[in-house]
Amino acid sequence: MPLLTLNHISKLFGSTRAVNDVSLDVNQGEFFGLLGPSGCGKTTTLRMIAGLEHPDSGSIEFDGQNITSLPPERRGFGMVFQNYALFPHLNVFENVAFGLRARHKPKTELNERVASALELVQLPGYAQRRIDELSGGQQQRVAIARAIAIEPALLLFDEPLSNLDVSLREETRGELRELVTRLGLTAVYVTHDQEEAFALCDQISVMVGGKLVQSGKPRELYEEPADISVARFLGRNNLIRTMRLSSSKTSDGEFKTLDGGHTLTCEVRHDDLAPLNKPVFLSIRPEQVLLGSPTSPTNNTFTGIVREIVYAGATSTVRLDANGLLLEALVLQPNGLKVGTECNVTLPREHLRLLRNEQ
Amino acid sequence: MQKLTSKLTPSFLVLILVTSLVLLYGVIYPNLAVFTTSFQQAGNWTLSNYRDALSQRIVIEAIFNSIVLSLLSVLFCALVGVPLAFLFERYTFPGRRIFAALAALPLVLPPLVGTVAFIFLCGESGILARGLQHLFRLQNAPWTLRGWAALLLFHTYTMYPFFYVLTGAGLRRVDASLAEAARSLGAMRLRVLRRVLLPQLTPSLIAAALLTFMTSMASFSAPLLFGGNIRVLTLEIYTARQRGDFTMAVTETVILAVISLSALVVFQRYEGTRKFVAAALKGATKRREPIANGTVRALATFTAIGFSVVLVLPVATLIIVSFARDDSWTTETLPAVYTTANFVRIFTEPQSSEVFFNSLSMSAIAAVAALLWSFCVVTLVVRRSSKSKPNLFASGSKRLLSLLVLIPWALPGTVVAVAVAEAYGQPSLLLGSFVLVGTFWILPFVYFLRFMPLVVRALQASMEQLDPALEEAAGSLGARAWLRFVRVTLPLVWPGAVAGTLLAFVIALGEYVASVLVFVPINRPISIAIASELRDFNLGAAGAYGVVLIGIIAISMIVAGKLERWRS
Repeated sequence: MPLLTLNHISKLFGSTRAVNDVSLDVNQGEFFGLLGPSGCGKTTTLRMIAGLEHPDSGSIEFDGQNITSLPPERRGFGMVFQNYALFPHLNVFENVAFGLRARHKPKTELNERVASALELVQLPGYAQRRIDELSGGQQQRVAIARAIAIEPALLLFDEPLSNLDVSLREETRGELRELVTRLGLTAVYVTHDQEEAFALCDQISVMVGGKLVQSGKPRELYEEPADISVARFLGRNNLIRTMRLSSSKTSDGEFKTLDGGHTLTCEVRHDDLAPLNKPVFLSIRPEQVLLGSPTSPTNNTFTGIVREIVYAGATSTVRLDANGLLLEALVLQPNGLKVGTECNVTLPREHLRLLRNEQ
Repeated sequence: MQKLTSKLTPSFLVLILVTSLVLLYGVIYPNLAVFTTSFQQAGNWTLSNYRDALSQRIVIEAIFNSIVLSLLSVLFCALVGVPLAFLFERYTFPGRRIFAALAALPLVLPPLVGTVAFIFLCGESGILARGLQHLFRLQNAPWTLRGWAALLLFHTYTMYPFFYVLTGAGLRRVDASLAEAARSLGAMRLRVLRRVLLPQLTPSLIAAALLTFMTSMASFSAPLLFGGNIRVLTLEIYTARQRGDFTMAVTETVILAVISLSALVVFQRYEGTRKFVAAALKGATKRREPIANGTVRALATFTAIGFSVVLVLPVATLIIVSFARDDSWTTETLPAVYTTANFVRIFTEPQSSEVFFNSLSMSAIAAVAALLWSFCVVTLVVRRSSKSKPNLFASGSKRLLSLLVLIPWALPGTVVAVAVAEAYGQPSLLLGSFVLVGTFWILPFVYFLRFMPLVVRALQASMEQLDPALEEAAGSLGARAWLRFVRVTLPLVWPGAVAGTLLAFVIALGEYVASVLVFVPINRPISIAIASELRDFNLGAAGAYGVVLIGIIAISMIVAGKLERWRS
């Protein structure tokens, strides 16, 4: 049985549906990510889990109990806020002790738990510091210590790393994951950063425009994006507008690109059989596009002209124009490629994905 | 917090009840009473009160004079305050700090005390006039402190800080990179000023103009003591009540209230069109530039010292006079004999020292009541409405609440006093047979009404600065509403609230305009004592009262300033 379940929750802000019929399950011990562009409703969803917002419809269950209308102070979830929300008038110790004092913990236990929480975030000896004496990274750790000190049944993160600089963010990311695993906690983590979500989470739900569009493990999301919005949002992708040619119900679909008129074949699963009369999108990651010296064109292989080579250290991005079809390829070494020359482009059928159309 | 918006908890109901009762008794009923009385004659609805009033030359003249005086005050205050703000906010030079420290002094001077000090300093038998008379061996005083020039001089002295302070604050807020961008695009200094700085300052300038206009409309002490035969509305209302013509007083009160509120509406409408998004102003604040040119720097220093002296002189005069033996000051420039007798007298004579007790206790009652009440109001106003549901206490009622709270502040003190006197001067609908007028409580009540908006404003500002995530964090850590308030909200907002309360306290301490209309022997405040000492030509005693008042105010303001700094 999942630890946390959201059943068809919706939230209206005025006339906009901030969260639209979202259902998801979070299992015990899971590091669960809510990923999406800004304004997609992920923070609102998290705030509803925390009890800071009320869903207009739907229900939230935790450990088999309906907690939809339970106030936040009775849920026992720890939350790490985006701006940390540390109490500026209290020192580090009192910030971390806040939740324990609210629970009327005896003094010795309180001292022990604050000390161990500070130790866990590697800030022992900082107990008496004022909040404004700390760096951004240290404040962030205090916010985490405060949330874990109450031994939360669920730990909620609202983009906690977005105020840190890049190198500190990656370092903290690793420590955070390790800490949550070590304490055996279940976490829900909101972010707009795909890389961060992939690095941290066991399970990710992608939200776009208030809706949950796809859930899965990071690799599944990357390799099998369910629709255009996910394909666009997660990493770089070549989106190719095509029409389906064959109507056979076989697993092989034949498509003609609307730009360039190339013929492509790829696997079509029964349930997302593309309609014949409407353009559909095929997608392929730049790193799956193969480039080679010119041979005769066959299916999924055609010639293109190199328009631009962008050098980025370990890899280079090659921009191609195949008779009007613009593609990006990611290669390790652009050996033998020159701007303005022709080359062979192959889009391997096993890496082409047929996307569901956006509604 | 969230919970309370969507559900009607008992504590929320109590808040609404307290708030509505205070507003009903303090704001709605008295103002309605004045309004309806002005349209009634012998129990019938009629416009004849207004016909009577507006057919008198004196009333028309008073309306005209009040408006012209206020507009001219705005003009002169702007001419003094804005250049000074630019000079002291944008440049550094020797002497800058002296003036900057003293600039707001006239704002905390009670109007009556300021008026008295002005008479001692600039009056025809004041220190300046006598000094010149002696210097040039003149037969008569070189001028008289009467009429338009005197009023405008005094208004400019007391109200220029509105422009100085608000323009200065506006300049500090202006994003320095905007001016830099303009200059990089080739704009000359004057163009930058006209096209970039002034448009950004418009909200500040409008706010300053509004404050000056309304303060000037409400001005009473100066027209009373050296207005000469210039009639203004506040004075007309006072004299109408003195001669027992209550209907005329009430009608004129409504006219004065309508003019003041119209100004508020007009100014605020204009202000609304010129609001700049504060979020865009993220740049580093513009550092003050030193003045390179030696002559200009010397001139600036001279200006700073000159204005500092001008600011301090009235207070210094008051101190000198307070130590003067009354009969020792006849024709000399400065009093000849000095004594502490004036202070000894006002502290030891029971009738005199009583007024201190009265003023201190009444102001304290009013200020503490205002503090408690402001927590009720602000909790209702600031409460973050759940974005989703139009709940019971939605934005419409919040706006109405803010407006009702603001009304006593926007109305001249004369209007507030007349309204309360009219509503509770006889057995009334709300108080039954209890008549508030004539009791001790009338003044604390009027002080509360007049100055509670200040406390509400201060607390509201503190509350709005509070990051809502702090309360949410406390909630997520298991703290219930009361604990959240005591441990998170209160420790963060109390310095601002107490600073506002102190401000209300000191202003109430020197209150004269409303007091003079409704005081009774058992609650005679300091200001009334000053006025009567002045009338009896006990100049030293009047000065001594003023000095003590300024002393209390200074201490309170220092404490308030410390609290403000502590908060930030």
